[in-house]
Parts: sequence; structure tokens; C-alpha cells
Amino acid sequence: MNLSRPARLLLRTALVLGLGVIYVPLAVVILNSFNSDRTFGWPPPGLTFQWWHSAWNSSGVRDALWTSVQAGLGATAIALVLGTMAAFAVQRYRFFGKNSVSLLIVLPIALPGIVTGIALSNTFHTVLGIPLGMLTVIVGHATFCVVTVYNNVLARLRRMGLGLEEASADLGADTFTTFRLVTFPMMRSALLAGGLLAFALSFDEIIVTTFTSGAGVRTLPIWIFENLFRPNQAPVVNVVAAALIVVSIVPIYLAQRLSGETTTH
Amino acid sequence: MTASAALGDGEAAGLRRRVAAFLHRHARVRLSLLLSAPLAWLGLAYLGSLAALFVTAFWSTDTFTGDLVKVFTWANFQDLVTGEVYRTVALRSLWVAAAVTVIDLVIAFPMAFAMAKLASPRSQRWLVILVLTPLWASYLVKAYAWRVLLSSGGILGWGYGLTATIATLSYLWLPYMILPIYAGLERLPNALLDASGDLGARGWRTFRTVVWPLTFPAVVAGSIFTFSLSLGDYITVKIVGGKSQLIGNVVYDNIGAANNLPFAAAVATVPVLIMLVYLAAVRRTGALDNL
Repeated sequence: MNLSRPARLLLRTALVLGLGVIYVPLAVVILNSFNSDRTFGWPPPGLTFQWWHSAWNSSGVRDALWTSVQAGLGATAIALVLGTMAAFAVQRYRFFGKNSVSLLIVLPIALPGIVTGIALSNTFHTVLGIPLGMLTVIVGHATFCVVTVYNNVLARLRRMGLGLEEASADLGADTFTTFRLVTFPMMRSALLAGGLLAFALSFDEIIVTTFTSGAGVRTLPIWIFENLFRPNQAPVVNVVAAALIVVSIVPIYLAQRLSGETTTH
Repeated sequence: MTASAALGDGEAAGLRRRVAAFLHRHARVRLSLLLSAPLAWLGLAYLGSLAALFVTAFWSTDTFTGDLVKVFTWANFQDLVTGEVYRTVALRSLWVAAAVTVIDLVIAFPMAFAMAKLASPRSQRWLVILVLTPLWASYLVKAYAWRVLLSSGGILGWGYGLTATIATLSYLWLPYMILPIYAGLERLPNALLDASGDLGARGWRTFRTVVWPLTFPAVVAGSIFTFSLSLGDYITVKIVGGKSQLIGNVVYDNIGAANNLPFAAAVATVPVLIMLVYLAAVRRTGALDNL
């Protein structure tokens, strides 16, 4: 490519600066979690582990964490089933309205979260008469998590082709055996990647959660938001935020490794 | 194992084989089974909920009891159109969403280009991870990080308001813009850039006549995210926006404090309509395949 040297330099600088902008605020949160000044004076007058200690001992934080894990696991399980089914239908068959299926699956994340939130809450509340709680949170989260599984499985099916499955059928395996011994093992890592991303999406969600959780269920993001404007809780909120940043690195690293293995050749 | 259990196993295996053979022969049945659950969930339950919400927008609430009055009325939409406040808020939200999209595009394109065309394949993978990782860090945490940065004693210290909101939203959705553009640029063969150069085009001309038209669908795909996510946001505004209000806040306040679901539903149709118009407009560019 015939880009001039200054142009290359400029683009590389933009990349480095951009990544800097992305990471500096996150680094500040992590640093502030050790800031001995309650109001996050900058630069920090001293470093302390005190806030991490009090966050660890906070029952509110622990309960919220457990609630988030439950909601995430429930939503991920549903998303895995629905996303895989939809991906198979779209990738392996021709049918009327095929393009609409993709659109339908993207819709819950393409529409503003508040719309999905109040639409579902209205259905639970006034149409079905289901009390808001953990179940409704899981249903809400699953709705927008389907897309991550769908995308991952669809991409894998595209790459897989039909050859091995046809060979399996020619060798006498029926539909179920072929799925168990050939198809499923080949898409296992795609499912894991999609599932991890679905879990991360659910773990982080606040808007749909606000409208579908009622009063009893408090996920970690809801807990943070409730305590965000309380000055005396600020250091603990900051620790939870810092912990979430660190924790989010794990699923994305794993997902990348799992789905990236075939693209590196 | 007893004889009857063995017989049961044999029957089960036979049934299984028959079902498998039936499914193998009938592709339409397989397809219907695969589509049934996703369509019941997203097509019936989710779209149904959206439809029910839309119907609610034409109802009203009893001023004294706060109960829903299920009688058709245009009143909510009349209030929405004639209310000076709502027009201002809607226009402000549109403006914020557009500003965020443009800012993200300007920052994301050079970054994506450097990632896709200048970095070595090995570092490319790491760069993608670097851009992806903060995407999965909590939305709330990132908005919070900016609250700390922008606070009067913080590093930036701009204070809160509409500018702070635009800056924070641009920050939040930046990876959503980088990744589709990066994917689009990666699909763009280097040979085309070389050919353009061999035919005498310099950097800027190659960008304008080759790179931009071919990556435009990817740019639009990114803009769907930045635009839609900004349009529906009410949390960031609450965290760094000071007293500013966007459409999302009006919806939120009408559900919470005012307990007026019909009016909230009417207001909520505004961002949905805007997004549907946007999606319909960009469908031709092939952007939806880039999501």
C-alpha cells in the first residue's frame, strides 16, 4: 500500500491515542479503589486496601453479586438453546422470511433498552399478571442475549459446511447420532464463546433489569446505581466498579481464544 | 437387566430411529421444530409485548385512581406533538445521538484502519481484544468512571451537563463503531488499495473513491449501534448530565414518578420510529449484514 510515511505515523498515533482514551478512565477507577482519600482527590494522597476490605464484607454487594450470577446463568442457558436453534434454521434451510429472523434477533439490542424494558414489564404486569422477580429478569435478559449465541453459532456453521455431517449419515448414523458425535463437538467452542458473551451482556445490563426486576431483586449494576449518588458509599461503589472491570477481562479473553482459534490460520 | 426393561430399551431405540428417519426425510418438519421456540419467544412474546405497549400508548390513566383507562384516545400523541418541552427534548436527543455518532466515526475510522491495514496479523488479534475488552466492562462502571473524571475535583473537571453526556456516550459506544469498521476494512482486499495506488491515486483519493464506498455499509452498521444506544439512554444522562433531559428520561419519569404508562409508551414510540426509519433507510446499503 502506498501510504506516505507521515500518514502511517498519523494513523498509528490515532490508534495509540484512541486506545489510551479507552483505557485511561478504567485505569483511574482501578487506581481510585486504592485511593485513601474518600472523595478521590487527585493525585491520591495515599494508597489503602481498606475499601476492598469493606466491599468484601458488605452483605449488599454479596447478595447483588449472587443475584447477578443467577440471572446471568438463567439467561445464558435460554439464549444458548434459542440462539442455536435459530442459527441452524437460518444457516441450513431456505424459507420465506429468512431475513426477518436475523432482524428479529437483532431487534432487542437494536431498539433502545428502555423500550424493551417497559414493553416486557407491561406484558408481565398488566397482560400476564406475573409478579416481577428473578424469573422476569431472566426472561428479559434472555431476550437480548440470544443474538450473541446466534451470531457465534451462525459463523461456525458457515465455516463448517455440510461435508462431515453427510459423511456421518452415509456411514449409517441417524440425525441424533450425527448431531451428538459430529455437529455438536464441532460447534462446542462457538457455543462456549457465545454463552460467555451472553453471560457478560446479562451481567452488565441495567436498563431492562430496572423495569423487570421489581423491588426484591437487586443485581450488581442496580446496586451500583442505587449507591452511586450516596457520597459515603463512594469508595465501596468504586471498588465494585474496579472489580467488575477486572472480572470482565476473563470472559472476553476466553471467548476470543475460543472463537479466534480458527481464524488465526 | 430384566426382560421387560430390555424390551423397553428396544422400543425406545426403535422409536428414536423412527423419529430420526422421519426428521431426516422431512426437512420442513425439522425447520419448523428449529424455528418454533425462537419464533415463539421473539416473534410472539417479544413483538407481542412491543405491540401491546404500542396499544397502551392510545389509552390513558385515571387522574384520581391512577388506574389504566382502556379507551382509545389520541390525547397522548397530541400532548407529545403540541408540547413545546417534548419537541425540545426530542430534538436534543436526536442532536446528541447524531453528535455521538459523528464523534465516534471520526475517532473510530483511523483506529480501525490502523488496526486492519497497518498492524501485523499477530498484533491485529491483540488489538481486537484490546478494543473488545472494555465493551464488556460494565456500562455503568464506564459512565461512573467519567463521572469521577468530570467531577469538579477530577482530572478533567469539566463539570456535568450536555457536553459531559455527549463525551461519555461517545466513550461508551466507541468500540461498537470500531469493530464493524475494522471488520469491513479487513474484508477489503489490499490489492484494491495497491491497484488504486498503481493507477496514480494518492492516499486521500484512494480513501474517498475506494475505501470509503466499500466500507460504508460497515460504517452504517456501527452508526446503528451508536445512534440507537444514545437515543434510548437515560442512565448516563442521570450520572453525568446534571439537569439535562433526553427522551429516555421523559419515558422513565412518566413510569416512575408520574405513573403514566400510556404517556410513557407514547413517548417511547418516538425513538422506535426514528430507529425504524433509520433501519429502513440503511437496509439498502447492506449494513444489516454487517451487524
